[in-house]
Amino acid sequence: MAQPLIDISHVSKIYGRGDVAVSAVDDVSLSIDQGEFVAVMGASGSGKSTLMNILGCLDVPTTGRYRFAGDEVATMSEAQLAQVRNRRIGFVFQQFQLLASLPAWRNVELPLLYRSATHRKLRAAAALQSVGLSDRIHHLPAELSGGQQQRVAIARALVTDPDLVLADEPTGNLDSASSGEILDILVNLHASGRTIVLITHDAHVASVATRQLTMRDGRVLEAVAA
Amino acid sequence: MSLFRTFETGFRGIASHRLRSILTTLGILFGVAAVISTVGIGQASSDAVNSRIAQLGTNELTISGGSSVSSGVRGGAGSAQTLTMADVTGLSDKGNAPDVVAVAPENQTSSTIVNGATNATTTVEGSTQGWLTANSRSLADGTFLTSGNVANHALFVVLGSTTASNLGAQVGAQVNIASTPFTVVGILQSTGGSGFTNADDIAVIPLTTDQDLLTGQGKVQRIVIASSSSATVGSAYIEADQLLLQTHHITDAAAADFSIVSQSSFLSTAQSVTTTLTLLLASIAAISLLVGGIGVMNIMLVTVTERTGEIGLRKAVGATPADVLRQFLVEAATLSVVGGILGVAVAFAVGAVLPHVTSIAIHITPLPVVVAVGVAAAVGLIFGVYPAARASRLAPIVALRSQ
Repeated sequence: MAQPLIDISHVSKIYGRGDVAVSAVDDVSLSIDQGEFVAVMGASGSGKSTLMNILGCLDVPTTGRYRFAGDEVATMSEAQLAQVRNRRIGFVFQQFQLLASLPAWRNVELPLLYRSATHRKLRAAAALQSVGLSDRIHHLPAELSGGQQQRVAIARALVTDPDLVLADEPTGNLDSASSGEILDILVNLHASGRTIVLITHDAHVASVATRQLTMRDGRVLEAVAA
Repeated sequence: MSLFRTFETGFRGIASHRLRSILTTLGILFGVAAVISTVGIGQASSDAVNSRIAQLGTNELTISGGSSVSSGVRGGAGSAQTLTMADVTGLSDKGNAPDVVAVAPENQTSSTIVNGATNATTTVEGSTQGWLTANSRSLADGTFLTSGNVANHALFVVLGSTTASNLGAQVGAQVNIASTPFTVVGILQSTGGSGFTNADDIAVIPLTTDQDLLTGQGKVQRIVIASSSSATVGSAYIEADQLLLQTHHITDAAAADFSIVSQSSFLSTAQSVTTTLTLLLASIAAISLLVGGIGVMNIMLVTVTERTGEIGLRKAVGATPADVLRQFLVEAATLSVVGGILGVAVAFAVGAVLPHVTSIAIHITPLPVVVAVGVAAAVGLIFGVYPAARASRLAPIVALRSQ
């Protein structure tokens, strides 16, 4: 790869000031290439969520440089960050984050609304089909199981055809059978060439990735090729 | 996000909290309905005053005697005996007052008229042949009093239409006033007016007869004069004023022993009172509209807090701060515009029902309707800005974490 998809150097995120200042992410440099499947492990409080927020352009680093596909994002405005999130990143959250009042396809359609895309329902239906939910298009989240809700969330992450899928503890709220389904989907996505960053505290979950990173006290301690 | 989708999302947000949205809308609804109804009631009473002015004629002037001073206390205008028949004669002279076309003295008393077994208490006016023209009245039946009747102290009476029907009297009937038999010689045309005093409930007798029986010799309470048109009422006023000052030998106009007022000046006073009352009521109604607006703001703040997670998610998938701001502004404006439109409907319903169940007249005009709905929409937008801005400023991670 001529240029890594994610390239951060000496990034720190500091909360608070003076004596109470805490570095959630402390001088991290990291490069992730197109097509990689990276798992970021770490106990709670290790800074992995903060790192994910920075990688996902949900938060900006206090210091350091972050190039996403060659673009410097650390200095972007909120509206510009929103555009990067909309066009290039798909999110999968532990809590699914589906809107309870909207049926599955409306939830999947959401990112398309913020880019004025056409054929939104068709594209949403296709994304739902790719996660095996073509018969649940009109169901409300409350009418779906946890595993199905997370698959709707993955469909929402995929509908914009993003450069990066960022999954934050995607199996954290699921039983082992549903977890297996979700991980299978992620493995298949990677096999079809997508870049995936998976945040988890579970070494077993992390083992599906091709590259594992471990964070402790805000630093990336090791990077072991699987 | 397209405008259409912004509205659709806004409507969905409102529909997902039906009861709360209805209650919020009610605040605006009652505010708008109150503003339109009170202005409508004010408009109706103002219309009534206007039609009274038109009825009375704007070419009439009433001259009252000076005020008397008794034990150091100044009485009302007309309490002193300063006007005489000589003044009536003087004013009737075209050479003295060319713009005055009719002059009539008026001595008013409240008296009981008896027609057989029927009796009615009414206003009896002692006057002259000029009364009809001076008061812009006409006859429905019979004849009016003549100068001969006045000179002869005739026992003739002309009845107002209400008085005539109350007594069941027609032209030619014999009625008793102050135990004296009178002959009904004419019936006045109805004015159709209503109000504090009914111009149709009246009986006119010759001034001389009136002085004999009711008010006393030589007495003239007031003089009504009419100018040729409303345009000449000003010059008629000056002519009457000059003439009376001269004949009463008064050099200082401030010490005049009479006063001249136009009929319409009473009513313009009434009108300004009506306007002030309407303004007062409308202000109170406007405050309720403001309170409704604060209700919208309150509910939008609750909504923003409650939907922090949704805002975070929308931002995560690409909503810009401007997208979020628009969405919540649309929700706030929709609540208040819907409230405003329903308020207009309620106001029209009040307008349709009120006159049937009470004596209050209401006249809804387009202007307050447009203004009230416009203000309601503005109130929604203004009070929606703060909650919407708060929503748009939420950091996506903070918002997501709130769930």
